[in-house]
Formats: sequence, structure tokens, C-alpha cells
Amino acid sequence: MSQSSSTLKTADGSLQMADGSSLKANLERSLRRRKRNALLLVAPLFLFILITFLVPIFDMLIRSVDNKITAEILPTTIPLLANWDAKSGKLPDESVFKAFINDAQIANKAKIINRLGKRLNYEKSGTSSLFRKTGRKLKKLDPEKLTSTYKDALIKIDKKWANIAIWQLIQRESGRYTNSHFLSAVDTENSPDGIKWKDEDSQIYLNLFKRTLWLSFLITFLTVLLGYPIAYLLASLKTKTSNLLMILVLLPFWTSLLVRTSAWIALLQKEGVINDVLVTIGLISEDGRLAMIHNQTGTIIAMTHILLPFMILPLFSVMKTINPSYVRAARSMGATSFTAFRRVYFPNTVAGIGAGGILVFILSIGYYITPALVGGTQGTLISNFIAYHISESLNWGLAAALGTLLLLLVLALYILYDKVVGIDNMKLG
Amino acid sequence: MALPLHATTDERIWHYLFLAICTLIFLFLIIPILIVIPLSFNVQPYFTFTPEMLSFDPKGYSTRWYTAFFNDTNWQKAVKNSLIIAIFSTIISTFLGTLAALGLSQKDFPFKTTIMGILISPMVVPLIISAAGMFFFYARINLLGTHLGVILAHAALSTPFVVITVTATLTGFDHSLTRAASSLGSSPTNTFFKITVPLITPGVISGALFAFITSFDEVIVVLFVGSVHQRTIPWAMFSGIREEISPTILAVATLLICFSIILLFLVELLRRRNERLRGLSPN
Repeated sequence: MSQSSSTLKTADGSLQMADGSSLKANLERSLRRRKRNALLLVAPLFLFILITFLVPIFDMLIRSVDNKITAEILPTTIPLLANWDAKSGKLPDESVFKAFINDAQIANKAKIINRLGKRLNYEKSGTSSLFRKTGRKLKKLDPEKLTSTYKDALIKIDKKWANIAIWQLIQRESGRYTNSHFLSAVDTENSPDGIKWKDEDSQIYLNLFKRTLWLSFLITFLTVLLGYPIAYLLASLKTKTSNLLMILVLLPFWTSLLVRTSAWIALLQKEGVINDVLVTIGLISEDGRLAMIHNQTGTIIAMTHILLPFMILPLFSVMKTINPSYVRAARSMGATSFTAFRRVYFPNTVAGIGAGGILVFILSIGYYITPALVGGTQGTLISNFIAYHISESLNWGLAAALGTLLLLLVLALYILYDKVVGIDNMKLG
Repeated sequence: MALPLHATTDERIWHYLFLAICTLIFLFLIIPILIVIPLSFNVQPYFTFTPEMLSFDPKGYSTRWYTAFFNDTNWQKAVKNSLIIAIFSTIISTFLGTLAALGLSQKDFPFKTTIMGILISPMVVPLIISAAGMFFFYARINLLGTHLGVILAHAALSTPFVVITVTATLTGFDHSLTRAASSLGSSPTNTFFKITVPLITPGVISGALFAFITSFDEVIVVLFVGSVHQRTIPWAMFSGIREEISPTILAVATLLICFSIILLFLVELLRRRNERLRGLSPN
């Protein structure tokens, strides 16, 4: 760059460097180099995020449709079973049974047969115990010394093998990929007659999604309701005073989530501070202590408190940019203070409400810790079920499917946020 | 916010009502945090005030929960784990995040929005999804239950904060300063260390503090990616609240509040210094 001052003009009018090369080419080269350097600076982080974050997320997406276990455990049965007409009303023929017993005995030796039983149990309960029992009895069975057909031998182990439904299930779930986790995640299931709703009493996830969305919406609304006056006050005060009051907003923001959640437990529980105060001043009786925790109320109160700073900060930064003379102009032309606020000030803050609102909504639909600790059974959200399926029920496919749906929801909101606010404009504090 | 002299009675009433509402909301924000402090000195193993405490009887107060905290090897191990994980993940994320922010702030960076979106995504994706994905993937590459796994996971989660704060510092960056240095014959490396680094340092440090607190405060990913050997303070608090509620948790909470007050002031100090350096603020 420093040489560019010493340029010469050639005969055709194009500018030249001192060494005789074209200035234009030189500038282009320099810009290209700058671009390459910029890319090189970003590359390490990009790779890091790719490996530690994006690939794991992608892994989860794959897992939500992954189904190789059936073909892994029953490698010779699956191709034979594929030729069987599931709608024929007859059991598969002898060759399928023979292959199945062979596969099962190999899987039995490797101690992996129960995995398939567990996998298929998500589709049809009782399958897990059927596989366990079959595995146990197959140990004693020597195919060489078989007196009956393979079919009869298997049915002798358990009558359920004479039921077409189990073979239909194995055939349906024999592919490399399955849609059954996604179907479960929206309370539906595969059946021989196509996709249908699950039984009324095992429909939980759609309601859970609805509850998560509804609670997130409610919490977002409450943070707007509580955050707006505070942001307005802070934006209209002198910088010195507002900086001081800002501490009251920033301290909760910087305080550990667990600290705030345990504080709310101390405040809200039956023997807690709020109930004690209400009993002491005689508003409620000793027996009438309010149940404000381990239910939806607990989740709503604690999460509103925790997410309130995320609403106040963007609202404040938008309000700070509104020129106070707009409102003064409206007032001087005869508007009441309410009209001036409604017609002039408020429309200017809508962008801030949008920014804070989407942020709070995104954060609350993925909340886990607070609902897990103060939500009881009615105040838990979709995240809590994902965690449950990963660490307790071990139904990882379903956990991944629920996670994928939640991710899609958040992604849609993220794009919306980008449209409303712009990702590059995201600020902290 | 002062009331004008010509305000009508209605406006006066509304003004004071508004201030009263704001006071209540401020109380809602701050009381849950302040209430923890006196409760942690309760002599009884309860989460509420005893009559002795309310009458300010010294017998109602004690530091037994603090003693319990400092004498419990599990808590000590949790503190150690939290610090190790937070410090190492902060180093990684601050280094990578600052480099990336320097690159992203170049004028004609290609696909800037897309790349920024990807780099910030760990902050936006719900933690439970990140935790689930990392749990599945880190299991495949044998990183489950290792310090390294948790450190990498936390570094990924906290880089967006570094990228955002440093990029924000660089938007107000006066590029004529580096150009002036170059025109005076300074080499690019020299310019970078003598001009750019001192100017962006406040932004980098506050990004690092954000990254530190993100890791220090994070529970979900540790719960999934870590094992008992990576038990951190938030993890210990989480399981403490779930299993046996003991006021030791409130003592820990009080210590953490003191810690966050320190961090808050550090960040505020840096923000002001940054504004002063960039000439954005008159003082």
C-alpha cells in the first residue's frame, strides 16, 4: 500500500507503479491478499465450530432417522423377509424362520440380540421381553438336532412368533432409515394400514410442544410487560442515574442461573419466604399455603425473572436512540402525553420489542434447568423430555427426533430474528 | 424524567404511579438475588427465615453452611473442575474468537452474514440440543467423561460471545490509525501489535469474561458430556437442589453472587475504558 504514492502515467493513460507494473493489477492483488488473509483468520474458528458443534448436531439429525440396527442383527433374514407379502395374511415361509434362527443365534453369542428387542419395543411393547425370552431359549437349541421345522421350533419358544404382526413390524423396520421416531414425536405411528394417531392416552408430545410454545409466549409477553417500563425509565433518566439503576438489571443478568433458580425455590416453596410473609400478615391461613412451585406457576415466575434482562437490554438500546424532541413536537402540537406516547414514541420502539421478544422466545422454548427444578410435572417443557429420553429411557432415536423438531422451530425464529434485527447487530450488555 | 411544571393532576398521578410500578419491577429483579444472602447464614437447615433471624438474634445466624462448603471435598473438587474447565475453554474461545472477529471485520468479507450466522449458532441453538448432539458425537470419538471433551464443548458454546464483543469493538475502530502507522513505515505485524491490539484489548477481555461466565455457569452440556470426574459447581448445585436441599447451596449461591458482582464491575470498567479509547464518551 505504501508504494502506491509513487505512480506514473503510461501512454495509454492507465496508472503504473514505480516498477512498471499496472496499478490496477497491483490493487487487485492487494485486495485479493487481504480477502485471503481475512478468510485465513476466520478459518480456525470455523473449523473448530464445525467439528465440535455442527458435526454433533448433524449426528443428532442422522440419529433421528437412523435404523441400521435391524439389518445389522438380522443380516440374512432381512433380504428373505423382503420378498414376503405382509398383506397375504400368512406367516413368512420356512426359509425366513431358518435365517432368523441363524441370525438370532449369532447375535445371541455376541450378546446384542436384546438391543433389537429394545429398539422394536418402542414400536410395539412386549417385543423386548419376547426377544429376551427367545434369546435365552435359543441358547439350548441346536439346529442340527432339530426334529421339527424351524417355524415350529420358534413358535414353540413363544406363541407370539405365530402372530403376523411381529413379522410385519420387522419387515417395516428393516430399512436403513426409519420415520418412526419422527412419527412418535408427533404422537403418530406406523400401522399395517398406514400412519395413524396413537392411542388417546399415549399422545403426549403434541401437547408438550403446545405447552412449550404457550408458556414461552406467555413468558415473552410478561417480559415485555415488565421490561418496557424499566427500559423506558432507564432511557429517559440522566446517564448517571440510569447507569446506577442499570446495575439492578445487570446483576441478575450476570448471576448464575442456578443461583437464581435456587433463590426462587427459597421464595416460592410451601415453607418459603413468600408463604411465610403471607401467613404472618394474615392473608392466608397456615393450611392455605399457596403451591407456587413444582407447577406451571413456578416455571413462569422463575423464567420471567431470569429472562427479563434479555428483554430490557435490547429495548433500552432502541429507546436510547429515540430523539426526545419527537415526543416534544407532538406535545407542542396539542397531543396529550398519552397520545404522544401511543402515536409517536411507541411505534419507534416496536423494533426493540421484536428484537427482545424473539430473543426471549428462542431462549425460553429451549429451557431445561429451571423447568426441571421448579416445574414439577405440569411445568416441564420439551427440553426436559429430550433429556429424559437421553439419560433415562435411553430412547435416543426419539430424543433426536424431538430435538430435530425443536431445532427447526428455533432455526425459523433465528431467521426471523435476522430479518428483524440482523445477526451482525447482536450486542451484549 | 423530572415532571414538567405545567403537568396536570392526571399526569402527576400517572407519573408517580409509573415510578411506583418501576420500583416494584426493580424489586422483583433484585430481591430474589439479595434474599439468598441472609438466608445462607441461617443456623437451621431451612430455606426460609426463622423467628430468631427476624428478631436479629445472633443465635439465629451462623456460618455453618460456609464451613460445610469449605470442608466438603466434593465441593472443593467442583470448584477446581469449574475453574479448570472455564479457564481452558476461555483461552481457546478467546483466541479463536478474536482471530475470527479480526477477519470478519474486513470490509469486503465474502458471505459475511452466513458465516457470522454459523459462528454465532452455538449461542442460539438451545443448550439441550447442543448437549444431545455432543453427547452422541463425543461418545463416538471417546471424548465422553473427559475434561478435554467438556472444555472443547464449552469453548464452542462461548466463542459467539467473544466474536460478538470483539466485532462490536472493531465496528467503531478507526482504520485511519493503522493506515497512519503504515504510512509512517510500520510493518503490518508491528502495526497490529502497537496499534490494533491495545485498542481492541478491552473488547477482547470483556469477551473473555463473557466466555468465562458462560462456561462457569453452564450445566446441561456438562451433565451430558461429562462424568462424575467433571462435576462442576453448577452441576453440584443442580443435583443438590434435586436430591437433598441443604442451605450449603445458598452459601455457594452467595459466594457466586459476590463473584458475579466482581465480574459485572470488571466488564463495566472495560466498557468505559473502551469508549474512552475510541473517543465515544466525553469523560
